[in-house]
Amino acid sequence: MNKSTSNRIVVLGVLALLMVASGCKKKETAPPPPPPPKPVTATLSANPTSIEAGQSSTLTWSTENATDVALDGNKVDPSGSQTVSPTQTTTYHLTAKGAAGTQEATAQVSVAAKPTPTPTPAPTPPPVTDDQLFAQMVKDVFFDYDKSDLRPDAQQALAQAAQVIKQKGWRVQIEGNCDERGSTEYNLALGERRADAAKQALQQAGVGADALKTISYGKEKPQCTDSNEDCWQKNRRDHFSLLH
Amino acid sequence: MVKANRLGKGRTLGFITLMLCGFLSAAAQDRIKIELNMGQERPRLAAPDFKAANGDPQTAPLNTVFNQTLWNDLDNAGIFDMVAKSFYPSQMPGQPSELNAKAWGDPPPNAGVITFGNLGVTSGKVDVQGWLYDVKNPGAPQILGKQYKEDATPDNARLIAHRFADEIIARLGSGIPGIAESQIYFVSTRSGNKEIWSMDYDGANQKQITKLGTIALSPRISPDGSRLAFSGLTRDSWQIMMYSMDLGRTVAFPRIAGDNFSPAWASDGTKIAFSSTMHSGLSEIFIADANGAGARRLSTGKGDVSPVFNPKTNGQIAWVSGRTGLPQIYVMDADGSNVQRMTDQGYAVSPAWSPNGLLLAFAWVRNYGPGVLGGSDIYLMDIASRQIIQLTHDGGRNDFPSWSPDGRHIVFQSNRTGNEQIWSVLADGTHLQQLTRQGRNSQPNWSFK
Repeated sequence: MNKSTSNRIVVLGVLALLMVASGCKKKETAPPPPPPPKPVTATLSANPTSIEAGQSSTLTWSTENATDVALDGNKVDPSGSQTVSPTQTTTYHLTAKGAAGTQEATAQVSVAAKPTPTPTPAPTPPPVTDDQLFAQMVKDVFFDYDKSDLRPDAQQALAQAAQVIKQKGWRVQIEGNCDERGSTEYNLALGERRADAAKQALQQAGVGADALKTISYGKEKPQCTDSNEDCWQKNRRDHFSLLH
Repeated sequence: MVKANRLGKGRTLGFITLMLCGFLSAAAQDRIKIELNMGQERPRLAAPDFKAANGDPQTAPLNTVFNQTLWNDLDNAGIFDMVAKSFYPSQMPGQPSELNAKAWGDPPPNAGVITFGNLGVTSGKVDVQGWLYDVKNPGAPQILGKQYKEDATPDNARLIAHRFADEIIARLGSGIPGIAESQIYFVSTRSGNKEIWSMDYDGANQKQITKLGTIALSPRISPDGSRLAFSGLTRDSWQIMMYSMDLGRTVAFPRIAGDNFSPAWASDGTKIAFSSTMHSGLSEIFIADANGAGARRLSTGKGDVSPVFNPKTNGQIAWVSGRTGLPQIYVMDADGSNVQRMTDQGYAVSPAWSPNGLLLAFAWVRNYGPGVLGGSDIYLMDIASRQIIQLTHDGGRNDFPSWSPDGRHIVFQSNRTGNEQIWSVLADGTHLQQLTRQGRNSQPNWSFK
């Protein structure tokens, strides 16, 4: 290539550049296009996400840029919450429509199978006889050696027993017992004192004297026959029998 | 061996107190010895085996039974100094003509009196001849000569020995009849539940009397031996029951409200004392006619039981009361007046009044307290002076003393062998004997005669 040709190309290039620059400035005068629509968002959550049948869960949702929001087809506020009590596992759908389109969100509430008792045929409670109720409510009371005073716990137990005895209209035999030590005859007398102590307490709690009968078994009817304090304590007692 | 103690209340200076105690202790022992009719001068008695009178096959075995029984009766009587058999001369007399009095009267036997005789069985009858001779009186040596004839059974051999022994004892023992034919009534479990049984005074011949099927306690034979009072458990209460020894069955006795137990006879047989809850729901002492009628309350304690009449007068009753806490022995007049407390410590129960009215036997845990539970012994109290001596020392729980008719023996229950059995002892603490071994046996009651 010769020198004169290369000079021409440079000049043309500069011109072109100038022309381009001037042409751009002229286009600013055209009308602006409409702004693109903002995107639609939607969230949905459940709390708690798993329940037992009969319990409830709270659904909470929120949307942005939506004009039409529906939860499972029902129109709802753009944001809000709702309590649900599904009976089985359910997926909730939130639909949010807006200019920019439609957004969906889902939340599942799973329902655990209730630990339902195996269906028993006719769950009839076992009949409680008077004897069973008596044994439950009127228990032995215990004494110190050679004593016939009621201990505080025995006082209390007898006051409670008295209520049931009155309510049921029971007749009761109070049986005084002693441990193996000491004389046969004196222990009969001591057993009478023990039986009488319980009788007085029951009467004080309102049981009629006619409903109460005492007997002493002395040391003749031990419920334990070892010769030690454990056993002796078990035998120093008033036992109560329901009279029929 | 026999301890004497004093329950005095007075306080004096130490030296004088010591002197006084020593004096009273010795005096108490002597006084009680005299009251037991066991004087210092005991006849020295030789009792060689009776001779077999013939060769009948039954003679030898019955003679063995007879000889054992007679020896035991005389030895148990507590009024003889028995000459040991090892001192006897080789020749045993079977009848007076065979007796060499000098050989028995000189040392070593040194006997004062001798009993001897013979036994033979003929045609199914046992025939016994027995004599009692004063060895030291050659002029008129015979004190006693007796003959007995019964069907030839071991029981009859024993019975004859008892009768002959009682003759000897009555003759040599201040005129107080012997006890060899007396009975002891007691409670035994050997049938499966507690029933009343009887036995001879030496433990032989044990027989069941009641068949109540529940619980029978506290046997008390009437003074004439015809009726046995006891406490029996019915469906809903304790009742005094009466067994006729003549009819061999329980006879009617009034049913009384509440619990009724521990009967006791007046020695004239006209009254019964017992413990009853009929009045207050607590045990109190009542007295009634022997047929149960006309019950009157004598005591007003809480927990009164085990009455016993003074058999000499029937004017007093001793009994047990827990009115101040642990049970103590009390005495009152038979109309309920003049109550006196006889013991002042420990756990005192089961009074038994001696036939002469002077002594009380009772069971006592004397030093009752933590750590010394369970040791109950038999004690004797001289009522007038309140002196006390301890009769048993051998451990275990000893309870329910009862006096023999002659006042020289006491029968009681003891668990010293591990379970309750009946024992007898001379009232001076010697000649301890176990009478029962089968089942558990308790509450002995010695007949009045």
